[in-house]
Amino acid sequence: MSGINDFAFKMGTVNGTGSASANALLMQAIFRMGIPVTGKNIFPSNIQGLPTWYLIRVSKDGYTARPSAVDLVVALNPSTYAKDVATVRPGGFLVYDSTWPLDPDLVRDGITILGIPFGRLCVEHFEGDRDRTLLRNIVYAGSLAALLDIDMQVVERMLTEKFGKKPKLLAANHLAIKLGYDYAKAHFQCPLPFHLRSMDATRGHILIDGNAAAALGAVYAGATVGAWYPITPATALMEQFKGFCERFRVDKDTGLHRFAIIQAEDELAAAGIVIGAGWAGARAFTNTSGPGISLMQEFIGLAYYTDIPAVFIDVQRCGPATGMPTRTQQADLLSLAYASHGDTKHLLLFPSDPRECFEMTVQAFDLAERFQTPVFVASDLDIGMNDWMVERFDWDDAYRPDRGKVLDAAALAKVQRFSRYLDVDGDGIAARTLPGVGGKGAYFVRGSGHDKHAAYTEDSEAYQEVVDRLKRKFAHAADHVPAPVIEHQPGAEVALVTLGGCDAAVREAADQLRAEGIHTDYMRIRGFPFNADVARFLARHEHTFVIEQNRDAQLRSLFAMELGVLRDQMIPILDYGGMPLTAKAVVDGVKTHLAGVPA
Amino acid sequence: MTSIAKPPVKHPSSRTNALGLTLRDYEGAMSTLCAGCGHDSVTAALVQAAWELALEPHRAAKMSGIGCSSKTTAYFMKQSHGFNSVHGRMPSVTSGAAAANRGLTYIGISGDGDSLSIGLGQLSHAIRRNVNMLYVLENNGVYGLTKGQFSASADIGSTSKKGEANEQAPIDPVLLALTLGATFVARSFSGDKRQLVPILKAGIAHRGFALVDVISPCVSFNDHEGSTKSYAYTREHEVEAVHADFVPLQREITVPATDEVLRVVELHDGAQVRLRATAKDYDPTDRESAYAHVRACQSRHEIATGLLFVDEDGKDMHDHLRTVPTPLVDLPYEQLCPGKAAMEKLMERYR
Repeated sequence: MSGINDFAFKMGTVNGTGSASANALLMQAIFRMGIPVTGKNIFPSNIQGLPTWYLIRVSKDGYTARPSAVDLVVALNPSTYAKDVATVRPGGFLVYDSTWPLDPDLVRDGITILGIPFGRLCVEHFEGDRDRTLLRNIVYAGSLAALLDIDMQVVERMLTEKFGKKPKLLAANHLAIKLGYDYAKAHFQCPLPFHLRSMDATRGHILIDGNAAAALGAVYAGATVGAWYPITPATALMEQFKGFCERFRVDKDTGLHRFAIIQAEDELAAAGIVIGAGWAGARAFTNTSGPGISLMQEFIGLAYYTDIPAVFIDVQRCGPATGMPTRTQQADLLSLAYASHGDTKHLLLFPSDPRECFEMTVQAFDLAERFQTPVFVASDLDIGMNDWMVERFDWDDAYRPDRGKVLDAAALAKVQRFSRYLDVDGDGIAARTLPGVGGKGAYFVRGSGHDKHAAYTEDSEAYQEVVDRLKRKFAHAADHVPAPVIEHQPGAEVALVTLGGCDAAVREAADQLRAEGIHTDYMRIRGFPFNADVARFLARHEHTFVIEQNRDAQLRSLFAMELGVLRDQMIPILDYGGMPLTAKAVVDGVKTHLAGVPA
Repeated sequence: MTSIAKPPVKHPSSRTNALGLTLRDYEGAMSTLCAGCGHDSVTAALVQAAWELALEPHRAAKMSGIGCSSKTTAYFMKQSHGFNSVHGRMPSVTSGAAAANRGLTYIGISGDGDSLSIGLGQLSHAIRRNVNMLYVLENNGVYGLTKGQFSASADIGSTSKKGEANEQAPIDPVLLALTLGATFVARSFSGDKRQLVPILKAGIAHRGFALVDVISPCVSFNDHEGSTKSYAYTREHEVEAVHADFVPLQREITVPATDEVLRVVELHDGAQVRLRATAKDYDPTDRESAYAHVRACQSRHEIATGLLFVDEDGKDMHDHLRTVPTPLVDLPYEQLCPGKAAMEKLMERYR
C-alpha cells in the first residue's frame, strides 16, 4: 500500500457533530474520480458524544476489505488521540486541530504531524456554535482535498448538487472547503507522497449500503407487507423500503398505498404479522438482528411446521445478549439454521455485499414461496450499514415471482380431495390454497400435531409422515439455494472457505499468499442447506481453512453436522472483535498454521 | 365431549339463509371440550350469527391462539379457512392476514389466558391498530387445559377448585379495551344467546376491532361455589346495560312498538345496530360513561353486559396504512415492480 491510489485514511471524531456528511463527500468525490473506494463507519451505540471513526480505503486494484493500518489520521476527538495516533503506519501522517496546542498524546516518532487550525478558521468565518461545529468537518474535508489531490471540480459539483437549492448553505460549504484547502496548500507540501489520480475504474458501479439494497430487492420482488420492530443495525432497511415504496407504489390519483408497513410492538408480533400475511398470500418480510431472531423463535417453528412462506432479513451484529449493537459479526449462523424448538432446519442465504443483498432478497421471496417455509437472508452490520462499491443493479423485466404450488378455485375443481400436506410430486412440497378460495380449498392451519390432510393428530405414524416430508423438502432445497462460489488455482493444497462479507478480505489474502508462493483454492458459501459441491470441495484439500466472524466456528460446525466432515480437518480462522475482517488476519492465520505443520 | 358427530344430511324443511345455506352448513368438527363447557354455547351462537348474516363461509377466516377457547375455531364453519397459531399471538397473525387481504371476514377466538396473560401485549396493540376483526374472548377465569390455575381475569377472592383464593387484582378486558381506544366493546354471557347473537353479528359487521368479552364458565375447573365465573354467579350478577338488535342493510327495518329510548348506530356497510338502554341515562356512544358504568357495576359486584361502547367513525388499520381498496394479495405484480427503466434511473442516485 501507500502509493498513488493505494492508501487508507481515517477520521476520528465525536458522534453527533456532523462528520458523516463530510466523510461521505470525500468518499463520493474519490468514487467520481473513477478510483475504487470503500468506507467503513465505526460508530458507537449512542446519539451524541462518543467516539466515532470513518475509515476510507482507496485501492486502484479494487480491494475493499478493511485495511489493517492507515496512512493518515485526522484526529479530532481528544478522548481517542492516543489510540488513533497508534494506528498510523510508520512514515504516515497525522492531522490535528492546531487551534489548540499539540496534545502530548498525539506526539509520536516516525510520523509527520500536520497542524491545521480548523476551529480557529471556523470561528473567524462562521457565526454560531452549531455552524462552526458542523462546518469544521467540511474544513477538514477541504484540507484533505489538498493533501490527497482530490479533484476540486468534482467536489464543487457535488456541493452544488447537494445545496443547489439552498444558496446560503452552499456558500458556507464552499467557503469551508476553500478555507481548509487553501490552508493546507499554503502550509504543506501538497499533495502528500500517497495521493489520488483520476482513473476510469468505477464506471458501471455504484456506492450503496446493503440495507438499501435489500429493501430495493423486496420492492422488486413484489413484497407488499413489511413488519418490523426497530433495531440496530437493521432499522434503515425498513425505512428504505418505505422510501422506495413511497416513490414507486403510491397511486398517483388517490395517494393510496400498494404496500403495508407495520411497526409492531415487538419482534414476536413482527414475525406473526409476516406469517399471517404469508399465509394470506402476500409476499411479506421482516428485518431484524440477533436479539429479534431470538424473540421470533416460536413463530419461526410455526411457519416451518405449517409450511408458510416468510422472509427474514437478519442484519447480524455482535452478540450475545445486547452485545455490541454497532459492531459486526457472523454469529447467528447456528441460531438461524436450527431456529425454534423441535426438529427444525431453515433455508439461509449469505450475501457478501450489497449487490448480493439485492439479488438474494429477491431470491429469498421466490424460495420462501416455492418451498413454503421461512427463508433467512443473513446480512451483517458491515454489509448493511456501510457504503460498498458494487456493480450497478440490473433488472430483467421478464422476471415473474415464483409463487410455488398454489391451487386456485379452477385447480381445486379438478381434484377429488384437497389434502394440504400431501406430497404428490415427491419433492416434499405440498400444494397450498390461500384463504378466500372456495370449494374444497379451506383447511385448518395448526401448530399442533397434524396429518397430511391438515387434521389434528396424535398418531405417531401420521405425525412422522409430515415431519419426514419436511425433511425431504429441506434436502431438496440444497440445489435451489444459491450455489457456492468455487475457484481453483493449479496445484493448490490450501483451501480457503468463507461466507458473507469476509469475501473481500479472503480474496485479498489469497492474492497476498500467492505472491508468497502459497496457492489456494477458494470456496464461498452462499446458501444453506449445502449442495454436493460443498462436500466435494471440503474433502479434497490437505489444509482447509474456514474463515468466519464468530468465536465458536459456527460455519465449521454446520459443515461437521450437515456433511459429516471431521472437525479436525478444518482449521478455523476466527475474527470476532466486531470489526470488519482484514486480509492480514487471514494471511497471518494461514501462515501461522502452516508454520506449525511438520514438513 | 358434548356431542357426537352428526351426519351432514340436510333436512328438506331446514331453513336456509340468503345464500341457500342451512344452519348445519355453518357447523364445524365435533367439539372435544367438556360437556357443558360455556365455549360450546359461544360456538353455537357464532354458528347462528354467521348463518343469519349469510357470511360466505370461504370468505371468512377463523383465527386463534392456544387454549380451550382457541380449539373452538375448529368447531364452527368447517368450510372456512382457519389458523390455530401460537399462544397469545393470534392478534399479530390476524393483523398480517388482514393487511394482506382486507377482503375477508376475520373471526378471532381467544381466552382469558391467551388474551390477558401471555397475549396481553398483542391484544392491546391489535386494539390500537384497530384491525378489522371480531375478537371473542371466552372468559372463564381459569386455565382449563392445564387443569385449573387462576388466569389474569380471576376476581380477588374467587376460589379455585381446591379452595385457594385469588389475591391478585383481575384484568378486565372491557375496561382495558375502553382505555386503549377500542371502537367496539361488548360483554355477554355464554348462557344468554338472545343477547350474544346480535352482539356477535354487530361485531362482525363493525369496521375495526370488535372486542366481545364472553363470560363462559369452565364446568370442570371453575363452576363451583366461590367462583365468580360460574354459571350460577354470572346469572345472578349479570346486569345488561344495553341490548343490541342487529339489523342488516338488506332487510326492512321494523321496530317493535315500545316506549323505550332507542339509539341507532349505522355501520359502515349500511347495516344498523339498534341499542336499547336498560340502564337509565346510559350512552353507549360515550366512552367515559361506558367506563364509569362498568366500574360502578364492578364496585357493586355486578357484571355489566351488553354492547357497552361503539364508535363507527374510528379509523381502522387500513385507514391508518392508507392502503388501496383492492386487497394487496390481489394486486398484479406489474403494479408492484418498478421495472428496469426505473432501476436504471435509480442507479444514478448512487453515483
